[in-house]
Amino acid sequence: MTLPTTLTGLALGALMALPLGAEGRGADGALRILYWQAPSTLNPYLSGGIKDNEAASLCLEPLIRYDPTGAMIPWLVDVVPTLENGGVSADLTRITWRLKDGLRWSDGSAVTSDDLRFTWEYCTAEGGGCAQLEKFADVVAVETPDTRTATVIFSKPKPFPYGPFVGPQAPILQAAQFADCVGPRAPTCTDANFAPIGTGPYRVTQFRPGDVVVYEVNPEYRDPSKPGFATVTIKGGGTAESAARAVLETAEFDYAWNLQLSPDVLSRMQARGKGGVVSAFGSLVERIAVNFTDPDPAHGATRATAAHPHPVLSNPAVRRALSMALDRGMMAEIGYGPAGRPTCNLLPVAADGTGAADNACLQQNLAGARALLDQAGWVDSDGDGVRDKAGQDLRLLFQTSTNAVRQDFQAVIKEWWRQIGVATELRNIDASVFFGADPGSPDTMQKFHADVQMYAGAFDGADPEAYLTTWTCDKAPHPENQWQGANVSRWCDPAYDALAAELAVTAGLDARAALAWAMNDSLVKNGVVLPLVDRGRVSGHVNDLGGVAINAWDSELWNIADWHRIKY
Amino acid sequence: MTSAHRRRPLALWFGAGLLGLIVLCTLLGPILWGLPGDQMDLTARNQGPSGAHPLGTDQLGRDLLARVLAGGRISLGVGALAMLVSVALGTAVGVLAGMVRWLDGPLMRVTDLFLSLPLLPLVLIAITLFRAPLSATFGPETGIFVLVVAVIGATSWMQTARVVRSEVLGVMGRSYIMAARSTGTRGVTIATRHVLPNTQSAIIVSATLSVATAIITESTLSFLGLGFPPDFATWGRLLFDGTAYLSDYPGRAIWPGALISLSVLATVYVGDGLRDRSDPRYFKNR
Amino acid sequence: MLNYTIRRLTLALPTLLAISLVVFALMELAPGDPMAQLPLTISPEVKAQIRETLGLDAPSHVRFGKWLWQLGVVEPSVWLDHVFGTTLAEGQTRMISWQTRGPVMDLIGQRLPQTLWVVGLAYLFGTALALPVGIWSAYRQYSAFDQITTGVSIIGFAVPPFFSGVLLILLFSVHLEWLSSVYDTTLRVTGWDSFGQQLRQMALPVAVLSLQTTAQISRYMRSAMLDHLGQDYVRAARARGINEGGMLWRHVLPNALVPVVSVIALGLPQVFAGAIVTEQIFRVNGVGHLLISSIQANDLPTVQTITVLLATLIVICNLLADLAYGALDPRIRYD
Repeated sequence: MTLPTTLTGLALGALMALPLGAEGRGADGALRILYWQAPSTLNPYLSGGIKDNEAASLCLEPLIRYDPTGAMIPWLVDVVPTLENGGVSADLTRITWRLKDGLRWSDGSAVTSDDLRFTWEYCTAEGGGCAQLEKFADVVAVETPDTRTATVIFSKPKPFPYGPFVGPQAPILQAAQFADCVGPRAPTCTDANFAPIGTGPYRVTQFRPGDVVVYEVNPEYRDPSKPGFATVTIKGGGTAESAARAVLETAEFDYAWNLQLSPDVLSRMQARGKGGVVSAFGSLVERIAVNFTDPDPAHGATRATAAHPHPVLSNPAVRRALSMALDRGMMAEIGYGPAGRPTCNLLPVAADGTGAADNACLQQNLAGARALLDQAGWVDSDGDGVRDKAGQDLRLLFQTSTNAVRQDFQAVIKEWWRQIGVATELRNIDASVFFGADPGSPDTMQKFHADVQMYAGAFDGADPEAYLTTWTCDKAPHPENQWQGANVSRWCDPAYDALAAELAVTAGLDARAALAWAMNDSLVKNGVVLPLVDRGRVSGHVNDLGGVAINAWDSELWNIADWHRIKY
Repeated sequence: MTSAHRRRPLALWFGAGLLGLIVLCTLLGPILWGLPGDQMDLTARNQGPSGAHPLGTDQLGRDLLARVLAGGRISLGVGALAMLVSVALGTAVGVLAGMVRWLDGPLMRVTDLFLSLPLLPLVLIAITLFRAPLSATFGPETGIFVLVVAVIGATSWMQTARVVRSEVLGVMGRSYIMAARSTGTRGVTIATRHVLPNTQSAIIVSATLSVATAIITESTLSFLGLGFPPDFATWGRLLFDGTAYLSDYPGRAIWPGALISLSVLATVYVGDGLRDRSDPRYFKNR
Repeated sequence: MLNYTIRRLTLALPTLLAISLVVFALMELAPGDPMAQLPLTISPEVKAQIRETLGLDAPSHVRFGKWLWQLGVVEPSVWLDHVFGTTLAEGQTRMISWQTRGPVMDLIGQRLPQTLWVVGLAYLFGTALALPVGIWSAYRQYSAFDQITTGVSIIGFAVPPFFSGVLLILLFSVHLEWLSSVYDTTLRVTGWDSFGQQLRQMALPVAVLSLQTTAQISRYMRSAMLDHLGQDYVRAARARGINEGGMLWRHVLPNALVPVVSVIALGLPQVFAGAIVTEQIFRVNGVGHLLISSIQANDLPTVQTITVLLATLIVICNLLADLAYGALDPRIRYD
């Protein structure tokens, strides 16, 4: 069991202990943070972007957060409701939350169970465009027997009921502030969306979308000795490189988010002795997806649909050979440094390496790849360096989004594939086109008019069910569903669909994890996806900033109340 | 002013010589330096200058000298061809607008339109619409080259047009144009015989600046991922990639940067020299 | 001249309408998707619902009409309400940016001050420096001054800001630690201290940008001066013994300025559009940053509005430039 779903709420004590050097609320002055992608709104329900969720997490809080190991910790409740403690009903259709005593919003009013019910109504209201709708999937009612108790009722058994009000994507909104912002009026409430009233350690004093957020201490915050810093500024814009420079080299700022830079650049900046780099790993995996359908434009309307299986990549031996030719360790080193580690799996492998994970792919095996291709009948019969079979050359079109690291990866992969006799044409597409689902554009990842493509994917929270079910047959994008769907490989295996159906009704964390790993193995062993690098988060902070506990499962700023200035 | 007389041809010859040298080196690059620019040696990444790699290697262990030479072929080609497209378009629009009164309004409004169009979506559209047909006609590499040249040329002619038009307006008010008109000289003849020679210097300045703009715009396009495929080296791209390593391996940025600057400098000297030669009255009278 | 001005002004409105239509069509045709920045964990069904709330499912002409109405009627009324306390805009939906769900005009208003400070000042400095440099290097053609300014300005022009900016930061912020590399947009100038701070944070971006401006404009100025220094009237004036300074100032300069004014006027609207690369490097986060981030996010209302405002400025500046030709060179007639 390596999924970080174990409830280790007790482990919290160590992390939340009063930090050394903190002298009480607001004693440490100003904290300056750089987010090179600036927050554009502070309402997570309207955005979905990580930068927005994290900037909002200083004010808005969920009932449960995830700690840096991925374990759930009670945040605005005293205990995490489970089957064992009776918080989750035996038929798995109800979960009952009991708020902490004495919680107050930053305007001084009390937090009640009505706010929970309102938050559900807000996100599920017709025409509101709530980005976190899936967190509230299958919720039919939220009952409020008293002001501190709320029961979420699902329409069917929920083996994993921790969707609503859990994690930075689904925090609690104040009913009073957003009462007039339900449904189609949601985007018009600019004042509320740009300065939400929350329960967190800070409240917004100034917000310029896409530029800067300034916060001050929330006078109603539940712990009278926290937070340590009196004000927080989150400045946006620029590049990862200049953000790293402003923290590690000039120390103009205290903390810089997401420093995806090459390892030698980072280590040289750290050598100036002003700050250091911290990293954490979550579920984000850079991978190559294989196209199981033929993207040949000659097929016209049935191009890249199940009507035409891919002439080359339908052969499992070719897919395996392509995977064997990769040196994942080298890629992690080139592209991500401390923020990357090579992986052969889509699910995160625990640091101790336990679990059923198959790590055989970590060793590059060019000879083995060549042998596999020879056996599959792909040989270089005309001596041009490119293998062929029945008069067709083994040529692949490899597309990805525009991004410096991805372009370096494309270049090395092209080289390794050349060494096993596979010719590769590279194409990079602007991210706003590639990741956009515009059915009118030929260059989206859903249409996948190429043979292989590279991108990164992850799942929210700690349960991968929604993530793994994206590879089921019915999720394949095709013309009839306007090319909407996450199964971009258009892979279809009834055995996999059966596993997915089983996962949907299985309770118990260990049983779910076993099933999830079975699905992972099916995807990886069949070569549907070639996982490359497990991508963590890397951030930098100056040496005298204490309390930072970088977290890949929740907001990086999840414990900002504990941050403090270290005094030497 | 006699010293100026001696120095003027010097500037022209210096410029022409430098430009010729750079062009020759990049053209003969594969013969002069045998390593191909796309060959990777992952065991020799981020190396400093050495005998095997005189300028060092990049983050994927590719030889920088070979990449600089290969990049020069593309950057200079884009610079020269895009300049031709841009100057031809700009001059045509400027001369027509300045000479033909009823065309002035519409042409200048079109110029306004192009000036206010955001470049990025335009490039995105052009790539979406034309990449596939151009790749099919010319092959993937030449296809994207044609596309980049056309896009840069078609979006950078406006300044030339405005400047040429204002020069033409000035020329058209002169007495000799009126004289030519009154004797019934055809518009085309007036344009080629009187107007173009008198606007030549503005055109040459525009042209030399266009070369620089084109090389730099290409680097911005590469930076935004809209230009050449990622494994294509161009000076602009090398310069951008090298900027991140400025503290540790300054050569990575300085070599392509210096070559861009030198090429542009040489182009300008050539332009200045040609400009002076093209102005016989000026030459004679000084 | 008055007739001409009136005619041009009446033509301006249809021109701007045509420009906004073309910009709208361009953004429609462009293959981007405003949903592209959402994480992949958000399902296609939810994305479809968000698209619906943004009004993306409405036909193009409806969206164009709505945007035009908001730009032409709603936003000016909001402004009037704000200034005069009226209630003209009550009940009207303002133009909302898709990326932030905030009013587009507020966004532009927030970004404009820093753009004007940095880009505007750089343009002013650059032009003020370029004119004397261009004039003097033409007057003393091929002198050491000419050779050096030509060399420096060409290098200044040929080095992209993403390189020169980083170079300046390394030198002045990292090694010397004199100047700030991050622009603080929340800084209010209230006294000498904050003014000094403002100067320190502006110094580097202004330097990078004015280098570009100076390089370009001084080239045009030099070339135009050279053209006129060779003209017959200059020889005639010299022959009559008019002093050189007076001749340059009164006769050559007004003529030589004609094409240069055109270049300066053309560059002026770009001050509003900001400087995309330089703003990004120094985190000035002005209008240029807003434009590029909106383009990347396919935030159509913001992109269209900035573009059309820019077009308006371009039309106005071009008119001013044309009028200035007439004032500088009486031989140019527009009737």
